[in-house]
Amino acid sequence: MVLSENQIWQWLEDVSDPEIPVLSVVDLGVVRHVDINHDHPIVTITPTYSGCPAMNEIEENIRKKLKEEGLETIEVKTILSPAWTTDWMTENGKKKLQEFGIAPPEGSSADKSVLFGKAKQVTCPKCKSTNTSMISQFGSTACKSLYKCEDCKEPFDYFKCI
Amino acid sequence: MQNELLQYTLRLGDNALILGQRLAEWCGHGPILEQDIALSNIALDQLGQARMLMQYAAELKGSESTEDKMAFFRDVTEYNNLLLLELENGDWGKTIARQFLFDTYNYFLYTELLNSKDDHIRAVAQKAIKEITYHAQWSAEWVIRLGDGTEESHERIQNAINDLWEWSGEMFTMDAIDEAMLKAGIGADLNKIKADWHEKVSMILDMATLEKPEADWFQSGGKQGEHTEYLGFLLAEMQHLPRMYPEASW
Repeated sequence: MVLSENQIWQWLEDVSDPEIPVLSVVDLGVVRHVDINHDHPIVTITPTYSGCPAMNEIEENIRKKLKEEGLETIEVKTILSPAWTTDWMTENGKKKLQEFGIAPPEGSSADKSVLFGKAKQVTCPKCKSTNTSMISQFGSTACKSLYKCEDCKEPFDYFKCI
Repeated sequence: MQNELLQYTLRLGDNALILGQRLAEWCGHGPILEQDIALSNIALDQLGQARMLMQYAAELKGSESTEDKMAFFRDVTEYNNLLLLELENGDWGKTIARQFLFDTYNYFLYTELLNSKDDHIRAVAQKAIKEITYHAQWSAEWVIRLGDGTEESHERIQNAINDLWEWSGEMFTMDAIDEAMLKAGIGADLNKIKADWHEKVSMILDMATLEKPEADWFQSGGKQGEHTEYLGFLLAEMQHLPRMYPEASW
């Protein structure tokens, strides 16, 4: 079998984020490159947040998946630069988040309005109302803040734009 | 040059680690669940940044060095963090005041480090600035909320700012290592940051109806390894497990 980069990308679609299991590591945009060196895959990943506790597990799960597919020597490299941004999340990933009940990041990370204390308009993933407000900038994981919907009254997670 | 870069990296890493450890003490003790979570989130970001910097420091040091050895097997006099960050948490007002004074500094510092000529420091800055931006906004909002809140909250945050002020000057003192790193295009110009910091701090204190202290004498020594009595206790708690069981792993 000749190993192709495409095939590896496809396999990685089955590796999910341990904290948000509906998203694959590809949807999330943490896989930056896939290279093949003499039949050995080199997968390059980048952390979402510097203290993200899921990174070790993501690395292990990538190794495990590729081993299951019959690959022997697997290299997983971590890089810091360029820094991960929510802009790398796939459209499919955003859709899956929404269906899971987490509001996906709104707009682009280039929008710096949050620096000046302006809250973003976030859509409630349950009833789609935009009449929502932030409860806390910090949520259940480093990547999310906590919102509530003023119409359907549901609290929900919002995936912060960074 | 290699040694100055190592010291500079450790100063950045030690600031992140010691503040992260202090904030982690709040875990399970926050006044309300959301703010307990907020402090733990900030602590985790600081710990993550500390790891990236300690990994680099270990690489610079070479031989058998690792990030864990840097964190757990250095003693008080080998730590180079700012004194402000090792002080005890105190009440909510003191924790917020410390966070605000430091986050504001850290925001301007890492903004400068985005242009560092050192690839690793620049990469850490690109990552960290996104997180620090959120921290700085959060602590500034809390200063305003407490200052412009009740009589009690106003008094407590004002006292905290007054008490911590003498520990804030150390952030801007440039010693030989800072000068060498600035000259090499790796480190930041702390005089420039000082001006930005004063402007932002004045603006927020004003919005919070708080007085800006006028003291001009400041504590110093942390960056050079001279610490308060508090750091020893902090390290004892943080380091006792790996020192007792050096082979322990998760």
